[in-house]
Amino acid sequence: MIKLEKVSKIFHSGGKEIPAVQDVTLDIQEGEIFGIIGFSGAGKSTLVRCINLLEKPTAGRVTVDGVELTGLDEKKLREVRRKIGMIFQHFNLLRSRTVYQNIAFPLRKSSLSKAEKDEKINSLLELVGLADKKDAYPSQLSGGQKQRVAIARALANDPKVLLCDEATSALDPQTTKSILGLLKKVNEELSITIVLITHEMAVVKDICDRVAIMELGRVVEQGTAEEIFVHPKEHLTRDFISTASNMDKFLELVEQNNELTRLGTGDKLVLLTYSANNAGEPVISYLAEAFSVKANIIYGNIDILKGKTIGKLGVALSGEPEQMEKALAYIKEQKVEVEVVKE
Amino acid sequence: MNFLYQIAPNLEPLGGELLKCIRQTFQMLMVSGLIAFFLGVLLGVLLTVTKSDGIMRNPILYKFLDKIIDVIRSIPFIILMVLLIPLSRALVGTGSGVTGSYVALIAGTVPFFARQIESVLADVDYGLVEASEAMGFSPTEIIFSVYLKESIPGITRVTMITFVSLIGITAMAGAIGAGGLGDFAIRYGYQMGYRDMIWVTVIIILAIISVIQFIGNVIIKRTTH
Repeated sequence: MIKLEKVSKIFHSGGKEIPAVQDVTLDIQEGEIFGIIGFSGAGKSTLVRCINLLEKPTAGRVTVDGVELTGLDEKKLREVRRKIGMIFQHFNLLRSRTVYQNIAFPLRKSSLSKAEKDEKINSLLELVGLADKKDAYPSQLSGGQKQRVAIARALANDPKVLLCDEATSALDPQTTKSILGLLKKVNEELSITIVLITHEMAVVKDICDRVAIMELGRVVEQGTAEEIFVHPKEHLTRDFISTASNMDKFLELVEQNNELTRLGTGDKLVLLTYSANNAGEPVISYLAEAFSVKANIIYGNIDILKGKTIGKLGVALSGEPEQMEKALAYIKEQKVEVEVVKE
Repeated sequence: MNFLYQIAPNLEPLGGELLKCIRQTFQMLMVSGLIAFFLGVLLGVLLTVTKSDGIMRNPILYKFLDKIIDVIRSIPFIILMVLLIPLSRALVGTGSGVTGSYVALIAGTVPFFARQIESVLADVDYGLVEASEAMGFSPTEIIFSVYLKESIPGITRVTMITFVSLIGITAMAGAIGAGGLGDFAIRYGYQMGYRDMIWVTVIIILAIISVIQFIGNVIIKRTTH
């Protein structure tokens, strides 16, 4: 649905070249929710603006729904943009217009009749759950309600793609959940492809099918949300994952050599990752039974990603060195990821 | 009427002259005010959109407008008026009288007003412009339905401020024979020493400003949400 081929964007500032996006290639499928995650300054906002050409890429090709945007003139580009909805961190609603008028705004250029527009707007208000607020002004709404209006507005022209630039970053956790729920509903009911920029792994965890991790303008890793969670390859990815679970706390304890994580000689502290296909196996209790290896659980977390369970366990193992080896081998055999955190 | 004549004895013989001067002031305010409003908004918009981060970036045009506005703004009005007499003759056929004052009044108002419009438009959140671009609106559509529409309260506010300063400079237009309340006050209040006529002109001008401010405040109140 969206194809980025070797897209780069270089800003010029005071004679210096600042590469915001470098050589990014992504292929976003129709109907998926694709997350792009990175810390601020990673270039993700610039990248998402390259999709609808709010930022013109310095190099590379952008294709949306079979149309190569990078080859279009301004007029054609404006037409295509109407089929690409976009929402923003700070909502960007027109203050002088009511909720209803804000949603009507993008419909000005549509060929629908007045009655059809009215029907469209009312059904969008229904969809985002703000039918009772249609005559309110943005200043009278909460952050979450504003973002709902922005979503309705972005959907007015029946787009095939919805770009979300940090859409939940200005919202509290509760409201974030409800907005993510709405985006998911939009994705499922209207089968709109969603590209979502965020710095919060929790957002990715909640709704993304696939995810790309960005650093210094480059995509350093990408894959399905599950793959990324279960087999993170890059250090940065691990960082993001540990912020989404409590794992950073656990690793901190290890680093500080906290009592909880202090080991006897020959003991190993391991981090086990269970994914969907093995989450049912009673691995830990089997260790004691078969290898007389004692397992002391220090940390545990379960995430549910798109209905699939991913468990993380921080376990201190103690036992005979030989038996330990066998135990670790057994764990791996069960397709449980093992990472030795400390020996 | 008798009561008025009692507190302002010179009103009786000068009433007709005063009415004429009020009419001249109104003529100057209306004609030059209206033209200056549109020119000022146009220039303010041009400054905003041609800026380096504007939606119709044009550094050469921006620099040119920026400089010319600064130059005209720095010339004292009374001098500007004399300076523009030839231009006025070329444009409206005369360099004196009410008609001859328009060019100078407009030139004295527009640069100031354009700057204020520019600063009002600068307050429009760039996010709104970006959102509108993302919705496929053209720069012209964005100027009208985002920049100007969103700024109505701010534009009204600076229009009121500019209007007051326009009244100020119309009072000087008497120097080139345009008449008006300023001229009236100088002739009768200063040269003839009729203090009551000074008071009468002050009260009339205050009344005009109050009415304008009342209208402006209503507009601001209605359009601020």
